[in-house]
Amino acid sequence: MPTLTSDMMRQIIMDHYSNPYNKHQPNTDQFIKVHMHSDNCIDDLDIFLLIEGNIVKDACFDGVACTISTSSTDIMCDLLKGKTIDEAKNIIKQYDNMIHELPFDEEVLDEAIVFINTSKQAARIRCATIGWNAADKILKDK
Amino acid sequence: MYDVYKIRKQFPMLNNKKMQGHDLVYLDNASTTFKPQCVIDATVKYYSDETANHHRGDYDLLYNMDKKVRETRETVAKFFNCDTNEVVFTSGDTMALNLIALSYGFQFLKKGDEILVSEAEHASDALPWFEVSHLTGAVIKFIPLDEDGVLTVDNLKKVITNKTKIISVAQVSNVLGNVCDVKAFAKVAHEYGAVMVVDGAQSAPHMKIDFKDLDIDFLTISGHKMCGPTGIGCLIGKYDLLQQMWPYFVGGGMNVTFNKNIEMIPFEAPEKFEAGTQNLAGILGLKAAIEFLDSIGMDEIHQHDRELCEYALSKLEKCDDIIIYNKNAKNGVITFNKKGVFAQDEATLLNSKGIAVRSGQHCAKMLNDFLGCAATVRMSTYLYTTKEDIDAFVDAVINGGDFLDAYFN
Repeated sequence: MPTLTSDMMRQIIMDHYSNPYNKHQPNTDQFIKVHMHSDNCIDDLDIFLLIEGNIVKDACFDGVACTISTSSTDIMCDLLKGKTIDEAKNIIKQYDNMIHELPFDEEVLDEAIVFINTSKQAARIRCATIGWNAADKILKDK
Repeated sequence: MYDVYKIRKQFPMLNNKKMQGHDLVYLDNASTTFKPQCVIDATVKYYSDETANHHRGDYDLLYNMDKKVRETRETVAKFFNCDTNEVVFTSGDTMALNLIALSYGFQFLKKGDEILVSEAEHASDALPWFEVSHLTGAVIKFIPLDEDGVLTVDNLKKVITNKTKIISVAQVSNVLGNVCDVKAFAKVAHEYGAVMVVDGAQSAPHMKIDFKDLDIDFLTISGHKMCGPTGIGCLIGKYDLLQQMWPYFVGGGMNVTFNKNIEMIPFEAPEKFEAGTQNLAGILGLKAAIEFLDSIGMDEIHQHDRELCEYALSKLEKCDDIIIYNKNAKNGVITFNKKGVFAQDEATLLNSKGIAVRSGQHCAKMLNDFLGCAATVRMSTYLYTTKEDIDAFVDAVINGGDFLDAYFN
């Protein structure tokens, strides 16, 4: 992935906030759902993963959420779709490392790299991770 | 002459404090307030020079502490114009409201009775009554707000009935800053035989409250919202009501005797509600805080908040992309949104410029329908807020740039 300028990073966040492709209810009842809410932001989200065998077949979310949580969750859904459970777990792990300023593998994060500065605004870490924590919860026992 | 700069010198938190590399502009006073040195000193003195328990004055240190607790009760009583034995110490406003709900509501309400709260109510004044409703079968009804978000006697009269036993409202809304005429409310409440509970968490720091003149039955306050320490507050109640109420929170220091027949005789009010060792450092700090506010004058503080609000509104109203939800309240609170910007994103942007405000639902989660939005930004002033603070805030709101700057600069 080419190096992103801060303008490009802003644009990615705003695109996923204004037009979150994965923000909708699931189309079947086969999805596993986890509800998440934040005690320091408005975020109140349902995250849905469709797991078939070893593969995260589909991912979506719905609810009320701020810019950072909407866009980070939307990007996460894009990233997890089609991945094996182990690959998905690794992406979540690398993202978590990035958010907490630990060494991480940029390769697997793709657009999610736009949240690299979250730690500057510590109050928003919860927003940038709420959807990811939900997916982690679902995948943990898989 | 109100000298805000002289007042500020007494607050260590206002002495060159930085946030995100900028001078701190603290506009979240509805949430909690900074403490003047005299309050800090009073609290520290308890730990460094006066440590003792209270309740049994067998030696000088302890006798001294009992005396100071008594003096604080007198200070509170004088400040709110009630009797000394009408002041119960609690951990804060929330505990005080829970205490009323449990010791009055649970004890005296029954199935079919009605409790009136407002749809603007803070969690601390709504949820204790939800519990009473679940425990007793009493019904909760909501007093509608008028178009300005004000609780009016007209609207109270629309929902009050002969079954109404409790009316519980905030004197000043923590989101909209509107003042409710609780004196008029109490008059109507008493005509219907209902008890009037007033949550004073947001009003006590900003205006003179005369418990006797208002003729309300209960008033609750939090010390930390009025320059006092956290973990201390008061329930003020009419003495005959306090005497009728059973103390469900029990332990040492609140009973005359107990025996193997599983009987306990509580003290009289207010001590019967104060089980266990109280927050003594907090009590001493509360006394210092009230004396501090008194030395400035509540009317002067109220006027200062009002002027700052008008000043901020005069600037914000000129901007087309700022939505203000409480233009007419002018009571130290402005609740707003910037068009197209999610409330917490605006608050993050302000944080990046050293400005502390609050975003979200402000614990008043039933108010969203009225506001027509999921979240708002709230700025709230206090006695040490300056016009320069307002200028910095307004400038950041209007010219602060894109809210994502906070992420990328």
